[in-house]
Amino acid sequence: MSQKPLTLAEKLWRDHLVVKGENGAPDLLYIDLHLIHEVTSPQAFDGLRLAGRDIRRKDLTIATEDHNTPTADIHLPIAEPTSRAQVQALRDNTSEFGVRIHSLGDKNQGIVHVVGPQLGLTMPGLTVVCGDSHTSTHGAFGSLAMGIGTSEVEHVLATQTLPLKPFKTMAINVEGTLRPGVSAKDIILAVIAKITTGGGQGYVLEYRGSAIRSLSMEGRMTICNMSIEAGARAGMVAPDEITFEYLKGRPHAPEGAEWDAAMEYWKTLKTDEGAEFDAEVFIDADTLDPFVTWGTNPGQGVSLLDSVPDPASYEDPALRAAAERALEYMDLQPGIKMKDIAVNTVFLGSCTNARIEDLRAAAEIIKGKKKAEGVRMMVVPGSQRVRLQAEEEGLDKVFRDFGAEWRFAGCSMCLGMNPDQLGPGERAASTSNRNFEGRQGKGARTHLVSPVVAAATAIRGTLSSPADVEG
Amino acid sequence: MERISVFSGIAAPLKRSNVDTDQIIPAVYLKRITKTGFEDGLFANWRQDPDFVLNNPPFDKAEVLIAGSDFGTGSSREHAVWALRDFGFKAVFSSKFADIFYGNAGKQGLVAGVITEAAISQIWDAIDANPGLEVKVDLPAQELSYGDTVVPFEIDEYTKWRLMEGLDDIGITLQNEKAVADYEARRESWKPKTLPAKGV
Repeated sequence: MSQKPLTLAEKLWRDHLVVKGENGAPDLLYIDLHLIHEVTSPQAFDGLRLAGRDIRRKDLTIATEDHNTPTADIHLPIAEPTSRAQVQALRDNTSEFGVRIHSLGDKNQGIVHVVGPQLGLTMPGLTVVCGDSHTSTHGAFGSLAMGIGTSEVEHVLATQTLPLKPFKTMAINVEGTLRPGVSAKDIILAVIAKITTGGGQGYVLEYRGSAIRSLSMEGRMTICNMSIEAGARAGMVAPDEITFEYLKGRPHAPEGAEWDAAMEYWKTLKTDEGAEFDAEVFIDADTLDPFVTWGTNPGQGVSLLDSVPDPASYEDPALRAAAERALEYMDLQPGIKMKDIAVNTVFLGSCTNARIEDLRAAAEIIKGKKKAEGVRMMVVPGSQRVRLQAEEEGLDKVFRDFGAEWRFAGCSMCLGMNPDQLGPGERAASTSNRNFEGRQGKGARTHLVSPVVAAATAIRGTLSSPADVEG
Repeated sequence: MERISVFSGIAAPLKRSNVDTDQIIPAVYLKRITKTGFEDGLFANWRQDPDFVLNNPPFDKAEVLIAGSDFGTGSSREHAVWALRDFGFKAVFSSKFADIFYGNAGKQGLVAGVITEAAISQIWDAIDANPGLEVKVDLPAQELSYGDTVVPFEIDEYTKWRLMEGLDDIGITLQNEKAVADYEARRESWKPKTLPAKGV
């Protein structure tokens, strides 16, 4: 073996290269799996129609309805006319072009990033794209997965390829053992606080180290999901036994000799000894606390045990100004303890944290407890299958008994394109991924948290850790 | 796409960093199924403030946006570029762009030029001193200029070439049809197919 040692990202790039770009042109990469939803695809289908083009590989394309879909009364027509029109456009387009779709009411419907993995379509060694920045989620399987714009959706539909400039690589090393009450979400929020929302720009992140290895696939998906919040278009984890175990037996997982052939390749999917990353970051899992955001970008986060920072403590004038703006929007004073911040709403959902394991973890905390008065809790499973599985395990009853709303699957309050929105000035502890101004509703305020912190917060009414509600 | 070369327009200052695409166009405006008419969604939440820079002359006619660092972070929505374009912007300058936004801009004929933070502050000062300041964007020379000041900007060579030639990405890729077919012929058979559907 005299070949140059490669990182996982470099191997995936090499193995999907169709045409090497010359004279500054990007490389042309083959796309193994293209996921589609209703928001970023209508103009792409229109583009195909205008140019008289067809979809090159319908058999590598799949659609689901998620962003606009209601999470209550799903048997009724979608009430909001523009949402209804957009969902209808997806149904019409997929029908006209012959693309598989999982519509509202179908047991495979759900958030596109939950649906791909649960069907076993997401697997190691693929390139996966979708017109949605949280496509980075699928990197948890050891795939190169990234969000694309609508022009790129059209490009992939027409050619099954994508022109891309090579990325730099960054290793995120997370060593140690998480303490009880600390989870994958806390790791990624800590990573983003450390490298900032722009720190990953131009990079593919590879999450490594003992703390990552010991995470379930759900946890790894949570981490890769928020790579985009660190500015990186893609994040990944090398596949291992946990990955293979998750995948085996899923509807689209390879079988028999195909499985063996796949495994032979999948086992090569790791960063070689001696391969060099362009940047490295280290996080100590042993000392990590539950993490929460105080501001209006996902990098504005602190330990739950900490206080709201003083903008004056920032040396960088841009960061200081951003912190001042954020505190004004969030209606918070420097120095307030994070645990003293009261919320009106707790949202357990989104492609970041609405898989079965997330629901189980939250249910475990609230079981037999009472919800804080005046707090609304909404539980939105990531997919219909997650909902069904949770009901089979009786989790829906735990949530209902607690006083939470048990909803149907979709993106829901993460971005409020459907009726699930916060009102002006309302404050939420949310397991989603973005705390931007107005993200969950005009004038609404968001604190990003893990599922167990969300659950504990619903019990006390203020941001809380699971330890605060023990016993 | 239209070919782009040299143009001039009023520059507007957007004195904020980390402007995410949820601010550029809130999700509620993404429900349309057309590719134009997004100007009303541009910075919709901020524009509710009557004093917001783009609400008032001369900036309501601005064609060049001078923004703080980390512009276009967050959601992949190409609508952010459409909204800027539909409002009348032909170019955006920042010291740093988010990757997906940067790519989207290049595909829709919006020049996204990278200049230093110092240059941004200088231009903001020049606009403050002279609101309505016209700047010239010279794409071939990669220069942004006003008065006697010339600011070089960065843009990747390939995007620049495509913008200047007005080329469509899909057309370029289809010239490589054979290479794509060859790749497909050697592609591993274990890779997943969505059809026929399983697990339904």
